Amino acid sequence: MDRFPAPAAQTTLSPTNPPTPAASAPAHLTVADLVMAYGSYVVQRDLNFSIGRGEIFIIMGDSGCGKSTLLRHMVGLKPPAAGSIYYDQESFWDAEPEARDRLLRRTGILYQSGALWSSMTLQENVALPLREYTPLPPRQIEEIVALKLALVGLAGFERFYPAEISGGMRKRAGLARAMALDPEILFFDEPSAGLDPISANHLDDLILELRAALGTTIVVVTHDLASIFAIADNSVFLDAERRSMIAQGNPRDLLEHCPEPKVRIFLSRGGDG
Amino acid sequence: MANPMTAEADFQDSRYELDQPRQDTLRIRFFGDWRLREQLPTSEAVDRYLQSDETIRHIAFDSGELRSWDSGFLNFLVKLGKTAAARQIVLDNRNLPQGVERLLALAAAVPPKATYSDHAPASLLVRLGEAATRFGATAADMVGFLGEAVLALANLARGRARFQTSELLLVLQECGVEALPIVTLISILVGMILAFVGAMQLKMFGAEVYVANLVTLGMAREMAAMMTGIIMAGRTGAAFAAKLGTMQVNEEVDALQTLGIPPMEFLVLPRLLALVLMMPLLCIYANLMGVFGGLMVAAGMFDITAVQYITQAKVYIGLVDFQVGIFKSVIFGAVVALCGCYYGMRCGRSSAGVGLATTSAVVSAIVFIIVCDSLVTFVTTIVGI
Repeated sequence: MDRFPAPAAQTTLSPTNPPTPAASAPAHLTVADLVMAYGSYVVQRDLNFSIGRGEIFIIMGDSGCGKSTLLRHMVGLKPPAAGSIYYDQESFWDAEPEARDRLLRRTGILYQSGALWSSMTLQENVALPLREYTPLPPRQIEEIVALKLALVGLAGFERFYPAEISGGMRKRAGLARAMALDPEILFFDEPSAGLDPISANHLDDLILELRAALGTTIVVVTHDLASIFAIADNSVFLDAERRSMIAQGNPRDLLEHCPEPKVRIFLSRGGDG
Repeated sequence: MANPMTAEADFQDSRYELDQPRQDTLRIRFFGDWRLREQLPTSEAVDRYLQSDETIRHIAFDSGELRSWDSGFLNFLVKLGKTAAARQIVLDNRNLPQGVERLLALAAAVPPKATYSDHAPASLLVRLGEAATRFGATAADMVGFLGEAVLALANLARGRARFQTSELLLVLQECGVEALPIVTLISILVGMILAFVGAMQLKMFGAEVYVANLVTLGMAREMAAMMTGIIMAGRTGAAFAAKLGTMQVNEEVDALQTLGIPPMEFLVLPRLLALVLMMPLLCIYANLMGVFGGLMVAAGMFDITAVQYITQAKVYIGLVDFQVGIFKSVIFGAVVALCGCYYGMRCGRSSAGVGLATTSAVVSAIVFIIVCDSLVTFVTTIVGI
């Protein structure tokens, strides 16, 4: 079976000595010596971490620290100033454009606002990647789209336009589109932003189900503590002041044992765990 | 094992076989990779089998030979589930891969939305009626918008309008100075075209010198104002619609309203003022450029000197001709600003709406410019101006 068990949560605390990419069992995604910059302004430097297959990995940090920028580097939207990102053993940014496209086809991305194409119905939004990248006939594509929308609780909304549904529903439809090709890696940018607690909780459950059922590797950018503690196996903390990662590990362990007070304060919502 | 009939549906690597381990049980054995990127078998073979044997009450699965799966496999099972439910056949999911049942349960957790009749295709008559109703509502809405704009102008006259002077200056710059290059180019070319076409005809009567009258009169009364209006519709009207439309999408307009600041004064008024103030100036400038374009053709191709050309124009063209053109340009400025702002403010909440608003703003502005031009020309002709 082409599915992967969830690895045991890492508890590495590494404010000064981040782990080498190969430190844990099969790394699905590796960030090595990454430097992110806008022109001459360095957002983050010396980012080193790896994400195991089937792992739920959280990228967290204070506002403006570069969480979403890191995600954009990982999904090929922004080239790094230095360093590399590896999908399995293949360097994404050193690959030819065709190879990059092939690698990206293994991923799905849920953008913060859903990023649905407003001139298309939900059905057309979810069907587009299926039409482009699978040999499935239109009828089967329609069925798969209905299934994907049903998985995110939007059965029957196929013919609605994004403008006709609520923000939370748009986000769920965005997830259905991200899942369209059953990607090996799913990226979420602030998935719970703008959602009510119940919807956010449902989304967390869905993330856990997807990982459990399909072994999907999941990378989430968030600072929603409830979600972090509910779903995370592993995480990295980016610091806006030092412009680098200052901790990596399971958030619960970081809350208890991280030597960086800032991380403990963040994870205890202003207190000091 | 009774009746060990086997049905197969082969599509590359993924396939299934059917057999009957018991009289009332159909077993489906899955083989290969059931993934979306491959051709996937349909459940037609199962349907046919169930039709041929009415005694089957259970469906069991064997996924021992299933190498990998994803949504393609789930989709097969969902369809099979519907078929089984319709025939009151029980599915025995025990031998399905781990995780499948949870995903199936998740997909069935929220019942489908019952109706979406809003999008059901309507008859021609219904669509025609809806279009007529929509047109009436839009026309009424436009009149309402115009009324609001007039009230905003009244507030401005009383010194009570709320808008930022910096915004007005910025828009003045955008629709004034920054429009000069394109107005220059178009006006010179229009002047040249008028001169060339006119002079070719006048030459037959040896009256080439009257090309100065033709160009100057044409530019002063019609072409300068109209061409500037059309340029501004495509350039500035579209920009107004896109800007206000994007603000509408980002809820910036709502933010103004909830603060108690009328968007009509804060957003529309500066744009209306800017275009109404700038259009006459641009029109005068377009007149000069058009006359200059005509002069280039007259002097270059028809041996008319610059002095002859200007003298001829001065003798036959009066200030009133320019005033008519300038009056038109004020109307066209208001038309372009109101169309751009109206469609921008009514664009809805989607990015597609912004595109539509921009197109509508330009098309409507051009149509209204032509209509207004016809009306003014008609009235001035009747009155004898």
